[in-house]
Amino acid sequence: MLIDLKGIVKDYQVGLEKVHALCTIDLQINKGEYVAIMGPSGSGKSTLMNILGCLDTPTAGIYKLNNAQVSTMNDDELAEIRNREIGFVFQTFNLLPRATALHNVELPLIYNGTPAAQRREMAEKSLEKVGLKDRMNHRPNELSGGQRQRVAIARALVNNPSIILADEPTGNLDTRTGDEIMEICEDLHDAGNTIILVTHEEYIAEHSDRIIRLRDGMVERDEAA
Amino acid sequence: MQIGESIFIAVDVIRSHKMRSFLTLLGVIIGVTAIIGMQSLIDGFQKNLESELEQLGTNVFYVNKYPAIQMGDDEEYRNRKDITLKEAVAIEQYCPSVVQVGPEDGQFGITAKYKDRKTSPTNYLVAAFPAYFPNNGLFVAEGRAITEVDVDNNRQVVVVGINVVEELFPYQDPIGEDIIFDGHRYQVIGVLEEQGSMFGQSQDDILIIPLTTFQKYYGRNRSLTIAVQARSPELMETAQEEVIGVLRTVRKVPLDEPNDFEIFSSETLMETFNDMTRMIRIGAIVIVSFALLVAGIGIMNIMLVSVRERTREIGIRLAIGAKRRDILFQFLVEAILLSNIGGIIGILIGIGISQLVALISPIPSAIPVGMIVIGFVFCSLVGLIFGVYPANKASKMDPIEALRYE
Repeated sequence: MLIDLKGIVKDYQVGLEKVHALCTIDLQINKGEYVAIMGPSGSGKSTLMNILGCLDTPTAGIYKLNNAQVSTMNDDELAEIRNREIGFVFQTFNLLPRATALHNVELPLIYNGTPAAQRREMAEKSLEKVGLKDRMNHRPNELSGGQRQRVAIARALVNNPSIILADEPTGNLDTRTGDEIMEICEDLHDAGNTIILVTHEEYIAEHSDRIIRLRDGMVERDEAA
Repeated sequence: MQIGESIFIAVDVIRSHKMRSFLTLLGVIIGVTAIIGMQSLIDGFQKNLESELEQLGTNVFYVNKYPAIQMGDDEEYRNRKDITLKEAVAIEQYCPSVVQVGPEDGQFGITAKYKDRKTSPTNYLVAAFPAYFPNNGLFVAEGRAITEVDVDNNRQVVVVGINVVEELFPYQDPIGEDIIFDGHRYQVIGVLEEQGSMFGQSQDDILIIPLTTFQKYYGRNRSLTIAVQARSPELMETAQEEVIGVLRTVRKVPLDEPNDFEIFSSETLMETFNDMTRMIRIGAIVIVSFALLVAGIGIMNIMLVSVRERTREIGIRLAIGAKRRDILFQFLVEAILLSNIGGIIGILIGIGISQLVALISPIPSAIPVGMIVIGFVFCSLVGLIFGVYPANKASKMDPIEALRYE
């Protein structure tokens, strides 16, 4: 089992009030699955995404990723897990605007100390997978929205992570470009990658094999697509 | 994380905000320019003085009415008794550690004439004993130097510097010719080797005549300088003590009074000069420290702005696996680099200014290597100290909030 969530609770203190963003989520995801997480805004899907992505730790509960206890790790250990195990794809791409596509893709490798030559080779290979090898020396502002998102996917892939976490990856793209991105996701899934997709669009979620619907911080439904 | 990436980012950021970076650096630049410029001028003076002092004869020290480097009021020196030829003779006679004694006098602003030719009025007339030549490291290129016979007989002879020859004898051999200055006729017996200049003052505008001849025309009641050569370097101190003893006796200085004359050698001259410049150097460092403090606050301010502007970048880096210390390191490198770029510019401008001053004025200049190193260390420290707070702030960011920052 790749991901194992048991009794995950996340509370936020907003002013004097305590808000339960997640209350007791139990969830298992296997290696190679293609899962969509859906829900209206305020349902807790962002919070769940942050916890799955090791950007945040739960207030209570146990999160095991690849049999490692993530829920009790410190900042540095979490950074390492994010670097090694998780590839993020964001709605707003989140590329460094002043760095070339190649440099953006190399970034995760820089932080785990991969030697420069190997880094470049890995980054080029990753860009090749998303069909942007000929654009690797362009900066994000010289690329279209779809190309930027493909750079972001290349960055997410470069370290061969256990999970690719895509948060509304098509939210800033037109339908046709969005479809292209979803095709890449499907290819990646076919190649054996585990993909977790956060979206509120039904037709995007339908690309996945399994849809988990959240409401008020709880799993409302968990079914095959 | 690798330092290469940190430097790459820092250079990129500084380059993309040229004006802002430059304005921030202005404080550092001005501070470093000031200190490097000043230090290189002082170093230049010092090097020049050292090389000049090296040319002086070995084991030589001087006796004079006035101190070599004088600061403030000279009344207490002016009222002293003059140093006389009699005292020079006494030193030669009663000091066993002394080899030779060279009493000397001099007069600035002499114009010499030969037939219808005239020199510029910038010559220095030296009244000397034969010892003057070895004591000052002077060599005669042509003809001969002043001898004891010249001194004993008040001979009307002169040894001239190369500039005098160039002005008066462009096409002929000066030896044996008569030149005239201050109404008296002197036969040229020798020409000195070229000396070059010291502090922009040419050492080749010189006329040397016997001291006795000088006293005949310019008066006897002038205070002399006495150059004294000790037998060996080991005997320098003994010789000085002997000279002090003899002079106190001859000048009848009471036991409880200090010396009414000054003794200095090239070493004590150097020491006095160094004492003087040390104060200036320390003063400059203190002032520049304040300038750098202000500059450091400027750097901190701009780094805080930079951290805020790049919140999202920090978020991205944290999300893809940067550790907190990676972020801390990145911003520290940026602050240090920023500060050191200011330092480099300051060092270059400082050296440039001092070279320019050296070029257009007689003040010499040297490149103060020690100060450049200190400058770099200082700038790095300023960057480090004032970069810690912004860098720490950057490293403490919550990745989720940072990613959401617009």
